[in-house]
Amino acid sequence: MTKGTQLLSSKEMDAALLKMAKEIVRDSTEGVALVGIRTRGVPLAEYLAKKIEKIQGKPIELGSLDINLYRDDLSEVSEQPVVRPTELPFSITGKGIILVDDVLYTGRTIRAAMDALIDFGRPRFIKLAVMVDRGWREFPIQPDYVGRGIKTTQNQNVKVMLAPIDGEDAVFIREHK
Amino acid sequence: MKLSTPHILSINDLSKKDILTILQTADSFREISERPIKKVPTLRGKTVVNCFFEDSTRTRLSFEIAEKRLSADTVNISKSGSAMQKGENLLDTMKNIEAMRPDIVVIRHFISGAPMMVAQAIKAHVINAGDGMHEHPTQALLDLMTIKEVKGRMQGLKVGIVGDIAHSRVARSDMLLFRKMGIKVFVSGPHTLMPLGVEEFGVEVCRDIRDVLAELDVLILLRIQQERADENLFPNLREYARHFGINNDALKGARDDLTIMHPGPVNRGVEISPEVADGPRSVILDQVTNGVAVRMALLYLLLGDGGSEG
Repeated sequence: MTKGTQLLSSKEMDAALLKMAKEIVRDSTEGVALVGIRTRGVPLAEYLAKKIEKIQGKPIELGSLDINLYRDDLSEVSEQPVVRPTELPFSITGKGIILVDDVLYTGRTIRAAMDALIDFGRPRFIKLAVMVDRGWREFPIQPDYVGRGIKTTQNQNVKVMLAPIDGEDAVFIREHK
Repeated sequence: MKLSTPHILSINDLSKKDILTILQTADSFREISERPIKKVPTLRGKTVVNCFFEDSTRTRLSFEIAEKRLSADTVNISKSGSAMQKGENLLDTMKNIEAMRPDIVVIRHFISGAPMMVAQAIKAHVINAGDGMHEHPTQALLDLMTIKEVKGRMQGLKVGIVGDIAHSRVARSDMLLFRKMGIKVFVSGPHTLMPLGVEEFGVEVCRDIRDVLAELDVLILLRIQQERADENLFPNLREYARHFGINNDALKGARDDLTIMHPGPVNRGVEISPEVADGPRSVILDQVTNGVAVRMALLYLLLGDGGSEG
């Protein structure tokens, strides 16, 4: 399986993350926490948290969310997705939550993530940060912080590679068979 | 991710990979019970029928809570008050339940093999919640989950099981499961309560558990029933307690990190003394907590092959 065309290099990803981190700090990180959506949103949130800490000189709270139990397609998939633990080491009630994910596509994952989050309390707000926005939304959901927005066809697959999982940082785009 | 079997009837149905999948999924599910809102929408619109044709408090409650935490609709049937009391046979009852399109049927029955017969007759997934003297697979899985949680591993551990091995479905499922996962098992109890050919499970029989106590990582005590004394299999409960009951005195010579387990209900002062049951080695209540997570995992994984068409 080929990786396809490289959309962003490691360096470009790093610059995009820095831009997003700056925007998040500019909007205020007071009472705000980053929550990465499993799997690839988790290392991305960690990357962002590191940059934010560097910019503002103090850390930002970090959590992770598994949304598989909230998916709307469980009766359509042939096998159950692997469920991993959700780790929110803080109360989300009254807190501003920035969800972090790799690719924004139909918006269904984010819908599930918001449902999951609300089962833990009542956040002050929920915002969304994504590495790549590839369009084709099926729900009325928009990102607040975007690494890169691109035009795609539905025959394409956008893959965000992350060093802790894939051994390298890069974004690829390729055609389906 | 799915299991290689559509039903959970016996530990023999599960591959090693299935078991690891169940443990991993159960581990993730445990956190849900700690949330302020202990519910996820995963099994919304699925119907689970709990058929308990033999008395049960803990197992029935555990299944029901697991089902509700996953948002399934649950219905309970017990022997008293069901049509079976009016003379309907088990298969007819189950066929009638099937006609109402349940997705999963959980069944406890006093006859060994009843869940297998039901699984062959209906389309829904069947989970054995304990059948006669045969098996209690979900109890064994929660025992294994607890052991893995406390010890951090399975392979090479040494587990002792003391009690009525012959009549215990927990012992059978535990032996099958632990051996499958590379755990060494010692069994002990009165000769009259030791099944013929128990060695075929790959376990070692010892006359007195104290002979191997120093080696054990885990000691599981089984409930002793008054009925067995009535059948003259041992003189009386007091005599059993004296020879096989575990108190702090009996635990002299055990490792500091020996863990004590019991599937419940506990007969205090018979197979286990109160100071051991409530002592620092005991994980009896952790077993109960893990039971909900294991059952949630099984419900989730069974419905992973497209639902009720089986």
